[in-house]
Amino acid sequence: MYTTDMTGKTKAEAVAEDPALIAAFEARVANDEFIEPKDWMPEAYRKTLVRQMSQHAHSEIVGMLPEGNWISRAPNLRRKAILLAKVQDEGGHGLYLYAAAETLGTSRDEMTEALLSGKAKYSTIFNYPTLTWADIGAIGWLVDGAAIMNQVPLQRTSYGPYARAMVRICKEESFHQRQGYEIMMHLAAGTPEQKRMAQDALNRWWWPSLMMFGPPDDKSPNTAQSMRWRIKRDTNDELRQKFVDITVPQAEAIGLTVPDPALKWNEERGAYDFGEVDWEEFAAVVRGEGPVTKERIQARQKAWDDGAWVRDAARVHAEKRAAAKLAAE
Amino acid sequence: MSDASKEWPLWEVFVRGKGGLSHRHAGSVHAVDAKMALEHARDTYTRRMEGVSLWVLPSAQIVASDPGDAGALFEPAEDKVYRHPTFYKIPDGITHI
Amino acid sequence: MDAIATYALRLGDDSLILGQRLSEWCGHAPVIEVDLSLANVALDQIGQATHFLNLAGELEGKGRDGDALAFRRDVMDFTNCLLVEQPNGDFAQTIARQLLFSHYQELLFTALTGSKNATIAAIAAKAVKETSYHATLASDWVIRLGDGTNESKSRMIAGLDWMWRFADELFVMDDIDAAAMTAGVGVDKAALRAAWDARIDAVLAEATLSRPAPRRATTGGRNGRHSEHLGHLLSDMQFLQRAYPGATW
Repeated sequence: MYTTDMTGKTKAEAVAEDPALIAAFEARVANDEFIEPKDWMPEAYRKTLVRQMSQHAHSEIVGMLPEGNWISRAPNLRRKAILLAKVQDEGGHGLYLYAAAETLGTSRDEMTEALLSGKAKYSTIFNYPTLTWADIGAIGWLVDGAAIMNQVPLQRTSYGPYARAMVRICKEESFHQRQGYEIMMHLAAGTPEQKRMAQDALNRWWWPSLMMFGPPDDKSPNTAQSMRWRIKRDTNDELRQKFVDITVPQAEAIGLTVPDPALKWNEERGAYDFGEVDWEEFAAVVRGEGPVTKERIQARQKAWDDGAWVRDAARVHAEKRAAAKLAAE
Repeated sequence: MSDASKEWPLWEVFVRGKGGLSHRHAGSVHAVDAKMALEHARDTYTRRMEGVSLWVLPSAQIVASDPGDAGALFEPAEDKVYRHPTFYKIPDGITHI
Repeated sequence: MDAIATYALRLGDDSLILGQRLSEWCGHAPVIEVDLSLANVALDQIGQATHFLNLAGELEGKGRDGDALAFRRDVMDFTNCLLVEQPNGDFAQTIARQLLFSHYQELLFTALTGSKNATIAAIAAKAVKETSYHATLASDWVIRLGDGTNESKSRMIAGLDWMWRFADELFVMDDIDAAAMTAGVGVDKAALRAAWDARIDAVLAEATLSRPAPRRATTGGRNGRHSEHLGHLLSDMQFLQRAYPGATW
């Protein structure tokens, strides 16, 4: 499960809505009540949610590709089964999230088309290539680690179907980060070539992982509204700091070096100081200029196009059967 | 543009976790018919031994109460405390009741 | 390897190569639900492969485990049938392969639950439930595609046409099979043919498809005589173990 906050450039438009309804809605949310599909909700809440859930779902589906790239080359039978199960889980999680978004009246096909046309976004992290087996370890450890931090609070998000999907997802994901760290552990303790592979993967995935928490708080204008609506529960910078504080000791424990010269324990804050993320790179990747953005979208487009005749055939078959059954009655 | 008439219908999936429990809503799948819906429900929602039995039904077939009627539907039950066993005071020492 | 170890090896190789092929679909299927279905089948096959190959290694007694057998043998030492190594092609071709193989595998495992080798019997008892579902899934898709649109029908016919020449090999009884059967470990695969034919014919009939015309069988997989496709599959699958000899993962 991978969310990246890519708000900041979208503004909820003002629609004339009954102030009494809005006040009642805001009060329910402030009271930590759940909003369900048929409940009244402000249009901006609905739109923000559809955008967030579909981005989230797209991230799961596109996220199958970089790891899927190594299923056929997994180094032993155990790793192959684990990786296949993990990537399959991501497909399942995409499915749960699309279904949650569908409760708000947007179909999965519409969301898919928005992804393929470039209108909809997905997590920037999946626009980086997986070059070696160690990348599979780094993704599980860092990317899933960052994702878990984003998603655990979403189990209490205000929209019921989203929260329930997140509960299921969090439960299923518990093994994802561990298997990644285990891969890194093995590599770091392995041959010099393996250790080099592990360090190289950490070097490449560290900064993109920090970007997963989204732009800095002062550049994330919708954060306040999203937090008030309980569709976001911590700020981007809070989560990023938490991630760094947890992850650095994990790297040290297996003898790997976090690629940030500015990284330093700050006794006073009880937290790590760390260097500035390259926000220009982040903005470029959000714009669709990531190293392998084209490959990712091309792969999704191909699956969609190649599958069209299958989807049509199954539907036509079911219609034939239904018609035959009706005629027989 | 997406053609809504071409999209596979949505089905709601209910899973019985183990014998003796009732079926519980797990999520949804897209499928062209009941048979495919069961296969997709199995492959999506029981990958970790979550269930011993599945129900699927077309999402469009669900009839839900209107949230606007929630007051009329559910609040009248609030003052009927006599429906709950704790409403009744039984002297200490009386058992099996 | 003796006949019994080779017998286990063949069972393992079939599952391994099919699992590898099916896993290529992951992330690329026509809809997400089908992606999950195919991955489930692949995971079942990889699980079976692990059990059978570990057993083959034990029976061989030379210290090779399932991983050594899977990742450090060359084409001529692989004993899978030619059917499972065939490329995925389009979805219809994958489903055609799955139809022919899953029904065979279900019948075979059903018979192997009575094997005198307790490990083979136990693996088969678990796997027969898996393959029974695979056979249903494949049959349902053949029926949908055969009796779907004109395009899906012609693709289904082409998929079956590609795979059909490899069906006979599934039921060939050679010296290894005969020895395993005599020992009470293996079963008479030739005797499964009639039941398999009946099942396939029933599915094809419901799918409004004709049985492909008889043709000369292409065989050789059991003795390491493979198609060109297997070498590429292995070079992909075995890359890390070959590039970093002796490393553990």
